[in-house]
Amino acid sequence: MSSTAATSPARSRSRRGFQSPPWAEKAAAPILLVLAILLPFLFDPGSAFIADCVLALAYTVMALGLNIIVGFAGLLDLGYVAFFAIGAYTLGWLGSGFFAFVNHSKGIHVGVNAFTSALPGIHLNFVLVLVAAVLFTTIAGMLIGLPTLRLRGDYIAIVTLAFGEIIGRIARNGDDIKLAKIPIVGGPFENAFGKDQTFTAGVQGITPTDKISIPGLDPFTQLNQRPWYYVALVLVGIVLFVNFRVRDSRLGRAWIALREDEVAAVAMGVPSVKTKLLAYGTGAAFGGISGAFLGSYNSTVNADQFQFYFSILILGMVILGGLGSIWGTVLGAWTLTFINFWLLPDVLNSLPSKIGLNFDMTQITFGIYGFLLVIMMILRPQGLLPERRRAMEMTDSEGGEDSQILTARA
Amino acid sequence: MEAATVPATAAVPRQRLREFLGKYGLIILLLALPVGFAIHDLVVTGSLVRLGENLVAGLSNGAIWALVAIGYTLVYGIVELINFAHGEVFMIGSFTAASFFATIGLTTATGTTGLFFGLALTLIVCMFASGLLNVMIERVAYRPLRNAPKLAPLITAVGFSFILQNVGLLWKSGSPQGIPDLINSQHEVFNIFGVTISNGDLLALGVTVPLLFGMTAFIARSRLGKAMRATAQDPDAARLMGINVDTTISLTFLIGGMLAGAAGLIYALYQTTIWYFQGFTAGLVAFTAAVMGGIGNVRGAVLGGIIIGTIQQISDNRIKPEWTPAIVFLYLILIMVFKPSGLLGEQTREAG
Repeated sequence: MSSTAATSPARSRSRRGFQSPPWAEKAAAPILLVLAILLPFLFDPGSAFIADCVLALAYTVMALGLNIIVGFAGLLDLGYVAFFAIGAYTLGWLGSGFFAFVNHSKGIHVGVNAFTSALPGIHLNFVLVLVAAVLFTTIAGMLIGLPTLRLRGDYIAIVTLAFGEIIGRIARNGDDIKLAKIPIVGGPFENAFGKDQTFTAGVQGITPTDKISIPGLDPFTQLNQRPWYYVALVLVGIVLFVNFRVRDSRLGRAWIALREDEVAAVAMGVPSVKTKLLAYGTGAAFGGISGAFLGSYNSTVNADQFQFYFSILILGMVILGGLGSIWGTVLGAWTLTFINFWLLPDVLNSLPSKIGLNFDMTQITFGIYGFLLVIMMILRPQGLLPERRRAMEMTDSEGGEDSQILTARA
Repeated sequence: MEAATVPATAAVPRQRLREFLGKYGLIILLLALPVGFAIHDLVVTGSLVRLGENLVAGLSNGAIWALVAIGYTLVYGIVELINFAHGEVFMIGSFTAASFFATIGLTTATGTTGLFFGLALTLIVCMFASGLLNVMIERVAYRPLRNAPKLAPLITAVGFSFILQNVGLLWKSGSPQGIPDLINSQHEVFNIFGVTISNGDLLALGVTVPLLFGMTAFIARSRLGKAMRATAQDPDAARLMGINVDTTISLTFLIGGMLAGAAGLIYALYQTTIWYFQGFTAGLVAFTAAVMGGIGNVRGAVLGGIIIGTIQQISDNRIKPEWTPAIVFLYLILIMVFKPSGLLGEQTREAG
């Protein structure tokens, strides 16, 4: 199939409409980078637009992570919110006053500013929190991946969904769990954290969490979104770099081979267990990075954030842009974020009352996403900026040219 | 030679253990909760009444899940697709029931005869509403993607489930709605050894059992049922034999949706609260039941439904209701890990 595209680029281009020239991907990065750096200076530092951009960047990191699991490795993960939760709780635990009694109420402080150093609880520098979040989520990703190794397709979706829900439940009911009452480790925990320390703060949320602090810069606040924007941009840059490098590496090719045909890939010597677990681990780590960032940015880690909807939001970004396509995922993340945080609440919100209906546009956000998913799958299953190989898979199911012509006619 | 024989002999007990766990592991896992609490009750209070009540309530709940689970299992059997929107079809069934019996004026004051006929009418209405909705979903979201990769219809299914949830949200607002307790569902009818059997339990079983028998007979005896089984076995061969595969698939979705609609009515009367989010949890619970029984297997779905209903009830009553979903999902994962083919199922390609 791929050979037909390579030998007759002109024909396939005319059939599939616009296709970017080969140098576009290389040129895109520097142009976008310059635009992205200049963007905040065009707007007021506290403006809602820049705030939406910060969210879009954070969601881009997450969508790129999910793209590795679903897009590259073809493992449909419906429980991605689990990694967001674990990343956010890592920040909640290691960067807030949540463990108020730790170290005899004096707190533990590593590399934080003078103001934070006086607070009780564990306060680590954001970079350390990121490292911890990557560590935790990678382990969690691999653990969640383990039971799905023998399964395929729909079953993977269900198991990951179940894991996502379990993590969500633990987050929500974590205020019931007293660390001191856990068998075996309870004793030491009681000494370290006090007898009433709970596991999470449930729907109350861990509030406030530490703002990112970078030596030499003013402390981050919600009034000035620019520093947040640049931190998020750096994270996106790192994740994009890793994504491109990994995609073209031996591991990335192994993921795509497994996605295309697992039996053939294993027969060719691709270690299926290791490859799949690495996909889960890498994808999860990005979710954790973004989760930790959002935990600090939102200034709260609240169990209400970690619901099934969120997994679908991120999945919607990946699908909208094009499964397996890195730039597509970036585009999808920005599109959906702006639909979610700008178009629906700010622009279209008065629409229902104008046409005589009585409801809030934000109420049906997820209905609109659902509609978008259905429409995308039926009309343009390859996404807005499809990856070439994936596009062919999505448009012709079996047989190369012939069925392509048939679908084109139909 | 020696190096080769040593691991071989060491592997025998391990292999036996694996065989044993493969055969009975799931059953042991399932019996752990009820048997554990039975022993606990006997030691602490010396009576099994509490467990008995758990089991009765579990059976009634399980009947609801069984009806929903059959929808999953039939659809999976015929098109190998998890109909993610099925839980929402069930929710719409509940909403239709609540709206319809409010419209025809059923209240707690209505007499027994009026109530009986009114509810029978409601049952028919919500079965058809859910059934036709399910057929519509198949027509719009799944049929165009029948030859697409498996990921595509799964995603449209998730999409549709969100659309329907929002329909429910706009229909009956975002908070749980209390509905009139028409059948006085907690009222005791009789008791066996101190275990109360209430109106709600009788209703659940009284609706479910005939429906199940009717449906099984339909699949086993009728011409259309035969066509369904043939299509499930091999769609291409069925088409060659002159079966209209599209119609048969629609019929399967219709039956699945109708059972979900009936479950929706029972749920509304039994729980006396409905809300737009009930379908999501119900869908996952029922799917767990279908997988537990062996997906594609109708008897398995019923068995799975009853087992899951019981586990839920025990967990609600003994552990904490907030943890129940987590426990059900934990079971789902354990089944997937240890016996993806389920209790009564055969090895499938997906779960292999």
